[in-house]
Amino acid sequence: MIKHITILGGFDKNGNQEKISELKVCSGEVLAVVGPTGSGKTQLISDIEQYAEEETLTGRKILINGQPVDKPGKKSLSRLVAQVSQNMNFVIDLSIKDFLLMHARVRGISNPEQILPELLYVTNLLSGEPVTLTTNLAQLSGGQSRALMVADVAIISNAPVVLIDEIENAGIDRLQALKILTGQGKIVLVVSHDPTLMLMSKQRVVMKNGGMDKICQTTELEKRVLKDLIGLEEQVASLRERLRQGENLGAEDGIKADVEEKERRILWQEYRYTSL
Amino acid sequence: MRFVVVAGTPSSGKTSVMVHTIRHLLKNNLQVAVCKIDCLQTSDDERYLSLGIPVAVGLSDYICPDHFYVSNLEEIEAWAREQKADVLILETAGLCHRCAPAVFDCLSICVIDNLIGVDTPQKIGPMLSSSDIVVITKGDIVSQAEREVFRYKVEMVNPEASILDFNGLTGQGALALKNEILASEPLAGITGKVLRSPMPAAICSYCAGETIIGQSYQMGFIKKVDFGRVKSD
Repeated sequence: MIKHITILGGFDKNGNQEKISELKVCSGEVLAVVGPTGSGKTQLISDIEQYAEEETLTGRKILINGQPVDKPGKKSLSRLVAQVSQNMNFVIDLSIKDFLLMHARVRGISNPEQILPELLYVTNLLSGEPVTLTTNLAQLSGGQSRALMVADVAIISNAPVVLIDEIENAGIDRLQALKILTGQGKIVLVVSHDPTLMLMSKQRVVMKNGGMDKICQTTELEKRVLKDLIGLEEQVASLRERLRQGENLGAEDGIKADVEEKERRILWQEYRYTSL
Repeated sequence: MRFVVVAGTPSSGKTSVMVHTIRHLLKNNLQVAVCKIDCLQTSDDERYLSLGIPVAVGLSDYICPDHFYVSNLEEIEAWAREQKADVLILETAGLCHRCAPAVFDCLSICVIDNLIGVDTPQKIGPMLSSSDIVVITKGDIVSQAEREVFRYKVEMVNPEASILDFNGLTGQGALALKNEILASEPLAGITGKVLRSPMPAAICSYCAGETIIGQSYQMGFIKKVDFGRVKSD
């Protein structure tokens, strides 16, 4: 049982000691990994995935429940981490049902038939167009595939650590996906450029020049901003859904502005004029 | 000298896997030599040469590449020792999946990828089942679920092997493979060592260049399709 993982800092791209020497994430928590492209986000994920023991490029060390990982048990270790990224696809030619049953058997689940309804429910909660158990994997859209992958990681792959790599463009309800994964008591690491996802986590590690540069705790103020963002997204989502259903939008359908929102707009306009 | 034999399905990324791994070996100041066995033509030697290490190429041409491989092992070993190699990497073409190049007391690596399908590990046969290490590539583009199913199927075929996930584009996994290579026993000499799986007989008139179809042109080891066989699975 994994209660927490710890990343002990190594070195950045210039060989300088990382500013963050220790970072701990507990089960049921989300850690956002943020920073510009090339700042070392993927390397951090990959260090965790291979249980770095100071031997990777960064010299980082990964502890599980405060202990170094026993390498001889590699075979079982590989099952500690599950990954979902937007580049991933299903390549197998099977129906959803047959494939999920196959995966559940591989995972040693005793009554695979019984978990199918839950899997289907979670998948359809996350994806736009519903899928059925008889749908062939090859026919799934990108969003449906990712939704099924998240459901599968949450319910079948009982890996306690989940790495999520840039799923903001994956066409699924990513906030719901995070809730589902953390609800299972998993440790979730999210590499993201999406402010909503960044603020959903309790803390975020900021990467710079290959090193962990800073840890930001999500503040009370940021939680309010997050509420705004989620409200905004819900509005956008409902507009999207209505357009998809063939509706025409009316005048009252503009993004609903509150007072703060208006102030913000004025601020932005002023900024634009002064910068022109 | 450590004697490492690398086989695998076509386009699984054998050369990419080994190029990344050799980079790590070179960082340890080890001398590495590579021999690539192929059929008609190869450009993989250029990728190995770019590492600044000695590279030899053997083209089997009209001979079965694995039979060609096994009948050149002594010569390849002698060449690598001349290069003062600490590690010899011998990459084979791996085509028909019937032969397995693994030799007792050599480290045998089999490289396969996640895209070949979950039923394929059973079809690969001794090349997979007799290897010490199975390297699985292209995991970054298939779902977690498929990776797990695929890995399980590999474990079914070869429960003894260490299984390593490897990203041939980024080199993730190279460190683990380097450590496996360094943990293997050096080989005193290849002469007298034994293939882990015998290579199949292939001595018929077509091996000798016959091109005409028909029973009267067939000689040697001839096996016919058994149409009475009931499909078991």
